[in-house]
Amino acid sequence: MQGWRRSLAFASLIAALGVLAFAATLASAHSTTKKDGTLNIMGFGKGDDVAESRAAIATAALNGTTVNRPSGGFNDQQFLAAVASGNPPDLVYLDRQKVGTYAAKGAFLPLTSCISSQKINTKQYRIPAMNEITYKGKIYGIPEFYDVRTILVDNNVLDMAGVKLSGLDTSNWPKLLATAKKLVKFDNGKVTRIGFDPKIPEFFPLWAKANGVDILSKDGLHPHLNDPRAVAALAYAVSLVNAQGGWDKFKSFRDTWDFFGSNNEIAADQVGAFPMEQWYYNVLAGSSPKVHITALQFRNKKRQPINYETGSAWAIPKGSKNPTAACTWMKAMTSTSTWLAAAKNRASIRKAKNQPYTGISTGNAVADKAIYAQTYSSINPYFDEAVKKVLDVQRFSFNIPASPASAEFKQAWNDAITRVLAGQQTPKQALDQAQQESIAAIKAATK
Amino acid sequence: MATATATRPGPRLRARRWFAGFASRDTWAAYAFLSPWLFGFVVFTAGPMIASLIISFTDYSVIQTTHNVGWANYHTLYHDPYVRTALRNTFVFTLLSVPAHVIIALGLAAILARVGRAAGIFRTIFYLPVMTPGVAIGILYLLIFNGSYGVLNNGLGYIGITGPFWTTDPNWVKPGLALMISVWAVGASVVIFLAALVGVPRHLYEAAEMDGASSWRRFRDVTLPMISPSIFFVVVINTISGLQTFDQVYTAFFNQSTPYGTNASLMYAIYIFQQAFTFFKFGYASALAWILFAIIGAITALQIIVSRRFVYYEGERS
Repeated sequence: MQGWRRSLAFASLIAALGVLAFAATLASAHSTTKKDGTLNIMGFGKGDDVAESRAAIATAALNGTTVNRPSGGFNDQQFLAAVASGNPPDLVYLDRQKVGTYAAKGAFLPLTSCISSQKINTKQYRIPAMNEITYKGKIYGIPEFYDVRTILVDNNVLDMAGVKLSGLDTSNWPKLLATAKKLVKFDNGKVTRIGFDPKIPEFFPLWAKANGVDILSKDGLHPHLNDPRAVAALAYAVSLVNAQGGWDKFKSFRDTWDFFGSNNEIAADQVGAFPMEQWYYNVLAGSSPKVHITALQFRNKKRQPINYETGSAWAIPKGSKNPTAACTWMKAMTSTSTWLAAAKNRASIRKAKNQPYTGISTGNAVADKAIYAQTYSSINPYFDEAVKKVLDVQRFSFNIPASPASAEFKQAWNDAITRVLAGQQTPKQALDQAQQESIAAIKAATK
Repeated sequence: MATATATRPGPRLRARRWFAGFASRDTWAAYAFLSPWLFGFVVFTAGPMIASLIISFTDYSVIQTTHNVGWANYHTLYHDPYVRTALRNTFVFTLLSVPAHVIIALGLAAILARVGRAAGIFRTIFYLPVMTPGVAIGILYLLIFNGSYGVLNNGLGYIGITGPFWTTDPNWVKPGLALMISVWAVGASVVIFLAALVGVPRHLYEAAEMDGASSWRRFRDVTLPMISPSIFFVVVINTISGLQTFDQVYTAFFNQSTPYGTNASLMYAIYIFQQAFTFFKFGYASALAWILFAIIGAITALQIIVSRRFVYYEGERS
């Protein structure tokens, strides 16, 4: 019995040492893979056909360099852990709005030498996208996708309510409010159809811009959250929600939508209209291609179209062990020819599956022109018109500038709006608080 | 009492005995058995804890140069209104969820103890939800507790009750979360209570019955004292878990696709996460974490002190 116990104790000790050895091996393996022949990318795991066909082209451009792409999107926690351990990835793929913050903290390398040595034509990229990744005059990223926002309209709902498209005019707020009231439907005190969803807090910058104010200065250092025009924009957007049952009923109904399914809110006539990113037309084309939709441009008070753009970008972290390969990859992934090849591939895949194809919206203006000229073929009048509107509104884009405290800034205005929606504060109180929090965060970040 | 104090060895003597123990092979064997856990504890728990304590006195952000800031982080958190909000929310949530959890689990275990052979199947059924990831529970919460179309309010509607807007009304967010999280994870405690209930000696009930005790008296004076160690264990574990609530609430209210969290749903662990991994204020987040650790430690110590009056350990007292 004693011998048996001794053996077990010995086995336990061996197990503990084994764990230690395994951890050491892992750490050493992790560091030994960081040689010149490897490109470690974070935030770009295996993706859809557009991602994979471009990745294949970019890998070929690296001439034998091994590309390591762990699964999953960019994760701040994972990235910071990698930086803290002294093993940052060679390249990251992330939300453009995060680039400024990381650049301000010195976590990303400026791409000046990358752009000049690889002769990357930055003029091909859209200016608002470039603004998002430019901090203190230096470029810290290469833009990839380009999300555009238009108003998605369910024509059936308008027909049923006897409302004309002209009623959905974001430049005429009293008229839009009246239209929303006509379109909304209640049954037994519950909302059964939303007339017009202003999409707040997410699209608050769009409403503020429509009322003539950028919520952050171009240098990313001065918030304008409690500007009277921003306060009025929030008050109006909230009034739209309140006129349609109030936040409780409004949100609880919206939470029941089958957003990505065939019985989505458009197919089920559960909403009249709402501002939405362009990628959703692609979703609708796949899930419910027979829906009768219209895309409208979001207009400001002066009736000019406006678009709040966001998207993704590539950036090279400080400490990257293979910045040359990272630069080659970024250039290849975002070049006109690569985007066009991916678009052609997607068009053929969709055609083979007898599914509609609505194109790809990229941060490369030249590529977009080529994609829509060479790969887009008519789906039906509804989707064709929507795609035209999406392409057209790209000219009227604005962005939230790169800021050293972009996360705190976004959190401040997002929280302010949820407080107003929950009835905890007035728009003025909430945005005053958000303004103070933003100022403090930016001040701390630039210390 | 005086005798007990006189016979208790002092720290020096205890240390000497501890070292002397290493002369025995059995001691070495014991430590060999413990070594995997000791290794894990030092590397993955004690080490990071000490590191976080040191970090809490700095402005560590992983990326930038770190400076010693003394007590500044602790001073800041004392004046941070969000800390007060988050702490209040967390306490209210814990106060609501722990009693609900214990009562429901005990009730279910009492029923299971009576069903005989089928108890095994029900035990498995009740335990299955425990394996659901917190993220899934957060999503389910939004669906089940939907104010207009949720299963819960529909059910309440059948008995003539108009349910509140659990997920949007600031007054009902915490009760809703407490109900969802405490009920969903009740299976583990049901298993513990069931084992305790089955272990209560039958002769105690028979004696009470012979004395004419009602079923309520038998439950109060026999069952509860006999299973009090299990109740104490469940209360302590769930209090700690309640004070650390994170994933379900984060998924429901603070995720990128559900950015609708308000002051009513801000839990302390979520605030720590935001400070660390959204705003990169690791020094401040570490200070916040140490305050939570101190609070949990104090509450647990208080529970242990209070338990001396209420928890009965068979064989320990005459």
